[in-house]
Amino acid sequence: MHANGAKQAEIKKKAKEDRFQYHDYYQIDDLLQEDHLLAREAVRAWVKQEVSPIIEEYADKAQCPTHLFKQLGEIGAYGPSLPETYGGGGMDEIAYGIIMQELERGDSGIRSMASVQGSLVMYPIYRFGSEEQKRKYLPKLATGDLIGCFGLTEPDHGSNPSGMVTNIKDDGDAYILNGAKMWITNSPMADIAVVWAKDEEGIVRGLIVEKDMKGFSAPEIHGKWSLRASITGELVFEDVRVPKSQVLPNVQGLKGPLSCLSKARYGIAWGAIGAALDCYDSALRYSQERIQFDRPIGGFQLTQKKLAEMITEITKAQLLAWRLGTLANEGKASPAQISMAKRNNVHMALEVAREARQIHGGMGITNEYPVMRHMMNLETVLTYEGTHDIHLLITGMDVTGLNAFK
Amino acid sequence: MKLLVCVSKTPDTTTKIKFTSDNSELDTNGVQYIMNPYDEWYALVRALELKEAQGGSVTILNVGPAENDTVIRKGLAIGADEAVRINADPQSSLNVAKQIAEYAKGEGFDIVFFGKETIDYNGSEVSAMVAELLDMPFISYASHMEMDGNNATIKRDIEGGVETLSVDTPFVISAAKGLAEQRIPNMRGIMMAKRKPLKVVPAATFDDPVATVSYELPPEKGQVKLIDPENMDELVRLLHEEAKVI
Ligand SMILES: Cc1cc2nc3c(=O)[nH]c(=O)nc-3n(C[C@H](O)[C@H](O)[C@H](O)COP(=O)(O)OP(=O)(O)OC[C@H]3O[C@@H](n4cnc5c(N)ncnc54)[C@H](O)[C@@H]3O)c2cc1C
Repeated sequence: MHANGAKQAEIKKKAKEDRFQYHDYYQIDDLLQEDHLLAREAVRAWVKQEVSPIIEEYADKAQCPTHLFKQLGEIGAYGPSLPETYGGGGMDEIAYGIIMQELERGDSGIRSMASVQGSLVMYPIYRFGSEEQKRKYLPKLATGDLIGCFGLTEPDHGSNPSGMVTNIKDDGDAYILNGAKMWITNSPMADIAVVWAKDEEGIVRGLIVEKDMKGFSAPEIHGKWSLRASITGELVFEDVRVPKSQVLPNVQGLKGPLSCLSKARYGIAWGAIGAALDCYDSALRYSQERIQFDRPIGGFQLTQKKLAEMITEITKAQLLAWRLGTLANEGKASPAQISMAKRNNVHMALEVAREARQIHGGMGITNEYPVMRHMMNLETVLTYEGTHDIHLLITGMDVTGLNAFK
Repeated sequence: MKLLVCVSKTPDTTTKIKFTSDNSELDTNGVQYIMNPYDEWYALVRALELKEAQGGSVTILNVGPAENDTVIRKGLAIGADEAVRINADPQSSLNVAKQIAEYAKGEGFDIVFFGKETIDYNGSEVSAMVAELLDMPFISYASHMEMDGNNATIKRDIEGGVETLSVDTPFVISAAKGLAEQRIPNMRGIMMAKRKPLKVVPAATFDDPVATVSYELPPEKGQVKLIDPENMDELVRLLHEEAKVI
């Protein structure tokens, strides 16, 4: 009995250490380039050094580790696939995916900080902004000297952004912006917000709103049981005068925000694998260390079933992400293909987290292990950037040609 | 200053070590490799700091096959200017040392850096051999180093204390913990590394008087025995009869 008690104490002590090991069951690494592997190793080292030691505490207190914003810029996690001339990394889409995977291996909230900044703030400015806007904002966003957020969702318009009521009215050299956005990642911390609003003709336009513009506020949303280490807020606009030079000149209509979402969803399809790998890795180790009925619980068939199914699903998701990345590099990944990967991989990660939680027994509900935190985070990931069901409807529409949304 | 940092590739610290069936070689199946941490965290980073402070160049050198290029690229991503790979299968320490010395002798390096040991074979031999072959002074296990012109003041941790040495360039140094702090390469560095030169040099041929015969794994750790604090006699008995330490 004593010996077993000591063993448990040892397991508990080691749990807090980040002992993560990568799992590549189908040797997908053989399909990757040297810079992909180096990026993965670097971001993993950063996560082990900077995220793992503090994340449970921040999540516990529902606080955002804001000091990491700048560090994410230093390692190059913001807009890695944007060109170097604007402070991007000049990397390919697979590298971007791998960076998201490693960040989410640490925590979905940390990955969210980076994917919002890179895909939802830098990307629209790069793709739709004027040369002046690009030069003004992109280099500082890339280093993390400026923090951005993306305002599309409204209190009454989530899955249906086309119904948005936030609006702009022409006022000479400026627009007057009114309305409110809800569930906005990074918003209380943000220096700028990329906001989508309808003009007087009902056409969706993108604007870069700066923090200190009069009439603009960004109150924090409290009480989240998910993504607790990521800060979320509202955006409130009361007669905010936004100079016309702040409008993104090169896009009109919902395809603006939707193309940003495609980028971010692509990253999430990779990111979710990171969370799943962390849960699987922890469960696999626990199953070898935890003794019940005089043998490691990994020896029982029911535990093996869980582990075997987990690694099978992870492997399928890895292949999906790799193929999607290859298509994205060739400029061929369709929004519907991205929807399929986002939906499948996030759901997979959530299922893996739940099974991993069971393998950890009672310990699985504590913050001694990362599993419950990942599981709670993944509830957000399942919902944001298009809910699980909305992505299913996108696939449904793509294969039948019939719109089931309305 | 012209600085050379010799780096080797080692299995990741979490690797489960197995040997081939006749126990004469490491079974490399499923092994994940990293740059030897003493080379990367301390030797390379201290060399980069010196270059940043006083100019010059940092070359990294590896003796090994083409698979080692990923590890070498990492050194370039962290900030080395160029890399050299001597295309040889690293066998004995002596052979590796001779390959390095053969390359370095004509290059005029001011300081040749090594890690204090590799974390796989823990030989701590190559650096000393290279110093001898290049006829340079050798400072081992350096945990602190300051340069003033061409003179270095180096501290080494010794049993129960610290030794301070002064040495003029050129010299060979092996780095211990404390000499510098790990630098994680960023994405920009990784992309820049792709464009930096990695020169492959053919191996020189030397007779190798040393050959590995076999490896053995340490015996499996036994079960922990916990003794009730009241039961001192039992503790003494076990220490005497089973552990045989008293
Ligand atoms: C932590 C967090 C961070 C977020 N960050 C951002 C951000 O940075 N920027 C941003 O703009 N938004 C952000 N969001 C918002 C997110 O994208 C929305 O929550 C999401 O789009 C769903 O909208 P909703 O919450 O209004 O749910 P609703 O749209 O009301 O959906 C409720 C339920 O109804 C289902 N449903 C809706 N319509 C249909 C239909 N036609 N057919 C079948 N089922 C349907 C949905 O699938 C869902 O299950 C964030 C959300 C969270 C939780």
